[in-house]
Amino acid sequence: MEEKKLICINCPMGCMLTVAMEKGMILSIEGNTCRRGETYAGKELTNPTRIVTSTVKVSGGREHMVSVKTKEDIPKDKVMECVRALKNVTVKAPVRIGDVVMEDAAGTGVDIVATKDVGSIEAKKNELFINEAE
Amino acid sequence: MENYDIVIIGGGPAGLAAAASARRNGIEKIVILERDKELGGILNQCIHNGFGLHTFKEELTGPEYAGRFIEQVRELGIEYRLNTMVMEISPQKVVTAMNREEGLFEIQAKAVILAMGCRERPRGALNIPGYRPAGIFSAGTAQRLVNMEGYLPGREVVILGSGDIGLIMARRMTLEGAKVKVVAELMPYSGGLKRNIVQCLDDYGIPLKLSHTVVDIQGKDRLTGVTLAEVDEKGKPVPGTEEFYSCDTLLLSVGLIPENELSGGMGVELNPVTSGPRVNESLETNIEGVFACGNVLHVHDLVDFVSEEAASAGKNAASYIQRTDGSELSERTDTYGEAPGTSTDEKERQGEGISGEKSMAQSGRRNRAVRLTAGDGVRYTVPETICASRMDDRLTVRFRVGNVYKNCYVSVYFDEDRVLRRKRPVAAPGEMEEIALTKEQLMRFPELETITVKIEEE
Repeated sequence: MEEKKLICINCPMGCMLTVAMEKGMILSIEGNTCRRGETYAGKELTNPTRIVTSTVKVSGGREHMVSVKTKEDIPKDKVMECVRALKNVTVKAPVRIGDVVMEDAAGTGVDIVATKDVGSIEAKKNELFINEAE
Repeated sequence: MENYDIVIIGGGPAGLAAAASARRNGIEKIVILERDKELGGILNQCIHNGFGLHTFKEELTGPEYAGRFIEQVRELGIEYRLNTMVMEISPQKVVTAMNREEGLFEIQAKAVILAMGCRERPRGALNIPGYRPAGIFSAGTAQRLVNMEGYLPGREVVILGSGDIGLIMARRMTLEGAKVKVVAELMPYSGGLKRNIVQCLDDYGIPLKLSHTVVDIQGKDRLTGVTLAEVDEKGKPVPGTEEFYSCDTLLLSVGLIPENELSGGMGVELNPVTSGPRVNESLETNIEGVFACGNVLHVHDLVDFVSEEAASAGKNAASYIQRTDGSELSERTDTYGEAPGTSTDEKERQGEGISGEKSMAQSGRRNRAVRLTAGDGVRYTVPETICASRMDDRLTVRFRVGNVYKNCYVSVYFDEDRVLRRKRPVAAPGEMEEIALTKEQLMRFPELETITVKIEEE
């Protein structure tokens, strides 16, 4: 039997997990304080995945860049490929949170979505006294 | 002069949550003053995920988390002014600010919520010898350049300091094609969250050198390299351990300092450990009606807790206004009866050039305040005083420990009696701790003078 030590990355608590394994099979998981830890340990030792966050260029926007993320976690070994694919992407403003920026990142079947609103430059108005109640 | 019930200084996560909470607690005239061109504060450049598990039960990126609160503020119709710099706040709560449209203007506030956040400790605070070439950035500056402006600050990077921003930037620079050679940390433990060591350094094979620091910086126009050395227990470099790293970029992630120039200017007392205001159970400073929350109060690791803290500051500011408005109507002789902020209580305090204990004791003249002290292993507590009659049913006390402890206990003493003892497998300075006190608990000890939070080892 083999014992592996992991730190759960799901939340800032960073629980220290101890996983007992035999021939690639997980026998037991200890040290987690919630179910996310169990899921994480299972994935991390068989098919580790990560959410990837980056930025892409915006044309005609009030900002030069918009932040993006993979809608779900993707296999860890696809992370670099995914980021490289984003290098040549430019989106046109306006962009809204959740807009798909690129489909099927690095062949993972996972879409890349915007995580920030970026208004278009034409729509720029005097934002000094925005009070939508009035 | 304009008049508002609550003026909130800063439109980051603390200011937004405080505003929403004050409005939900019945205050109409609120304005947020923000110096940047958009709301959201530092979250806008924190594009990584991991925010909001606590608040929204899902994992969001920084801009998404900010977006949720900006939406709330808009839906609640709360006024905000962008590109607006607050220059001064008087002890009478007159806020002097300026922007390009209105020029210089003044607002009389009934209550002020300080939510200015913090800024990074710069190179100048570190006394690193060597040249002063281009290529040395604070980690947050580099983060802004990469994530918002779209520039990569350099190609070969050394990072000094293992705070969370440094760790996040090690990953971010790597993803953008830079080579991060090493992260050096002066202390024998990391200042960042464990999960960031795993997913930002370990994932990319970036070495973390604990008990190491930069002892020389080379390069005249642009940085060409830095020398690292091991340090002893006192933090002094050990001769003979020097190692040269060629690099064109050095990122500094060496601590955050609450931005309290405005607070200090108006006479708010600061705690030298947190560099933030001293506050009572209502998150109210020594000046009545002036509240503080978020990173300006003490530097947090998690925005979720900033939002939580700010929401209670907003609620407390609302009840302060409701209380004083009520007393103004009924009883002009009360200390609140004069114009806001010029109560006799306050005049006395200003005149005396008050020490911490005295003013805290005075503000609790009518409602006795219990002192909260940081005992063995605990660096500070927020709040520092509690008035049982004014506290909510449940009060969160936040603190940091001064060292790494394994299998320790967090204990709370009411004078000599231990009322709480909680086991912690690990406690580290990089991760804020909290305990909860209940009103019921405090009511059971009417003679209570001091509450002590301490770390006890086995």
